Amino acid sequence: MAATHHGNQPAADTSPPASLPAGGHNRIIRWIDYRLPFVSFIEHETTAYPTPKNLNYWWNFGSLAGIMLIIMIISGIVLAMHYVPSGDHAFNSVEDIRRDVNFGWLLRNIHASGASMFFIVVYIHLFRGLYYGSYKYPRELLWMLGVVILLLMMATAFMGYVLPWGQMSYWGATVITNLFSAIPWIGQYIVTWLWGGFTVGDPTLNRFFALHYLLPFVIVAVVGLHLIALHRHGSNNPLGIEHRGPQDTVPFHPYYTVKDLFGLCIFLLIYSVFIFYATDFLMNPDNSIPANPMVTPPHIVPEWYFLPFYAILRSVPNKLFGVTLMFSSILVLFFLPWLDTSPVRSARFRPWYRVICWLLPLDLIALGWVGANPPAGVVVTIGQFATAYYFLHFLVLIPLIGKFERPKPLPMSIGEAVLQAGSHLVPSGSTERR
Amino acid sequence: MPRFGFAALCAALLLCGAAVGTAQAEESGTPPLPNEQWSFGGVFGTYNRAALQRGFQVYKEVCSACHPVKHLYFRNLTEIGYTADQIKGIAAQYQVVDGPNDQGNMFKRPGRPSDHIPGPFPNDEAARTANNGGLPPDLSLIVNAREGGPDYVYAILTGFTEPPKGFHLTPGTYYNEYFPGHQIKMPPPLSPNQVKFADGTPATVPQMAHDVAAFLTWASKPNLEAQHRIGFKVMLFLIIAAGVFYAAKRRIWSRVH
Repeated sequence: MAATHHGNQPAADTSPPASLPAGGHNRIIRWIDYRLPFVSFIEHETTAYPTPKNLNYWWNFGSLAGIMLIIMIISGIVLAMHYVPSGDHAFNSVEDIRRDVNFGWLLRNIHASGASMFFIVVYIHLFRGLYYGSYKYPRELLWMLGVVILLLMMATAFMGYVLPWGQMSYWGATVITNLFSAIPWIGQYIVTWLWGGFTVGDPTLNRFFALHYLLPFVIVAVVGLHLIALHRHGSNNPLGIEHRGPQDTVPFHPYYTVKDLFGLCIFLLIYSVFIFYATDFLMNPDNSIPANPMVTPPHIVPEWYFLPFYAILRSVPNKLFGVTLMFSSILVLFFLPWLDTSPVRSARFRPWYRVICWLLPLDLIALGWVGANPPAGVVVTIGQFATAYYFLHFLVLIPLIGKFERPKPLPMSIGEAVLQAGSHLVPSGSTERR
Repeated sequence: MPRFGFAALCAALLLCGAAVGTAQAEESGTPPLPNEQWSFGGVFGTYNRAALQRGFQVYKEVCSACHPVKHLYFRNLTEIGYTADQIKGIAAQYQVVDGPNDQGNMFKRPGRPSDHIPGPFPNDEAARTANNGGLPPDLSLIVNAREGGPDYVYAILTGFTEPPKGFHLTPGTYYNEYFPGHQIKMPPPLSPNQVKFADGTPATVPQMAHDVAAFLTWASKPNLEAQHRIGFKVMLFLIIAAGVFYAAKRRIWSRVH
């Protein structure tokens, strides 16, 4: 089964000869594989998996996100062996981890700054999908599963932030759970149900711990579906055209394993700066003060990765409307494959979409700034404009530009485009990007 | 065009950072924090043991009258250069509550290295009552719990001045330039020559403030030296590994291009 794939790979020399079944000469592996085709599965999905040969470094972030998930789960499980989910002990148990558990400080820094790194990676991965139109036919479900993963990550990160039981943990939990009180009639009952009491307290902390341990494994399952959907039609690529045969692809291993490993080293270098040197940079000082229901911090701010959504929430004075807008800002992503009316995927061939695609992160940065500052004066106005623009982008600009934009001509095939770019640019020694 | 977009993104990020910075400074109405030179700053920074011991002396003789260091044990003091015997001696100067004994009574005994360093008050309520309603915060995490860290601690300790003309100071508070709102319930804690350093260092207010801020930084970040040491090795390893993988990538991809 794997053999048919090997026949047309340019790097077939790294795999067993095409005539051999999976497992090569090893009889035991052949025996197992005949009954449980694990080795053929791995070979089919990695060694032989045909990948477009023109993927750029933006495509590294998918595997980085998967690695971050594994790092978070492993460090989290070890932390959970020392953590005590109780209002009286949670804060002190985190301090004991930092001070008295062997390399506890390292685990804790890996996990705490890991959350931020995970979101950076996933946001870049998401932007890559937006820019190169990876959400379009036939990858709509692949995209939607990604949005499900994002939502699960947000829930997991929010509950994880509550666990150290510092001031910002407690008050962040209070503000965010209170959002559900905006639901008409039954809101207050739902909030009491979520809390397991009449304020955020011990029952809340305990259930958040249980869910914070559970949800990452749900994410693993959805990531599995995400990968199945990905391998059905293969990766999109910077040109946004389908590959038309072996001349357009290379096997995933070794070509993209080595490229991903190089990218991983660079990523871990940046991550290490936060683990070993800039530990305070991503931490709110208020969270080094134990949770105190009697003292409200002057500014309750969520972690940076939630700031744009927090700004959208606060952009309207009506609580219910604000909450609806905030959730819609993520939910709108589910509809993107149908909101975008253009048949062309890659922004490289879409002069107008390319401009608004870069404006979106600028808008989100503006929203993030608004979310970090107290809502007064010009901050509110900027927040309202930026919120309006966010929805304008998805609900108006994307459908309209798809209709009226005239895309540039697409190359016939990936192989042709790579060759052309190569022949153009050999004298100047530049990259394929014009 | 993508290049331009990326540059614009970076520029916007920088602008935002600057804007957030100025907004925070304006909001609290305090001058920018002094930029002290710390031995533990930078990538290779380490703690100066002599300064930490002087700082511990300042904490013990001055700050500990009101402030606890809840997360520190006597045994932790080995990390700032005290010997096991010295620590036994220091711990024995304290009385700690233990028990219940076989009659069911709590009792007091001299401290041991395995004990938490006891605080001045049995609970927060007692601390408030003794301090005009104010709660002296725990100092073992104060450097992590304040924006600016050691610079902030140094600034507060050296920031007591006369209030400007027309400033109404609530009775029981003191004017401090760096405290948000300027009215702090802590009286100026340090005065020249308040402690006598064994190593002969002159006990000026800036010197004591600097040393105790260094000590409290260690109390908040006891693993800073290990972080710097291990971090350097990890980064070095990753730089080499990145080079190796980059070379491997170039070589493997040369078959395609």
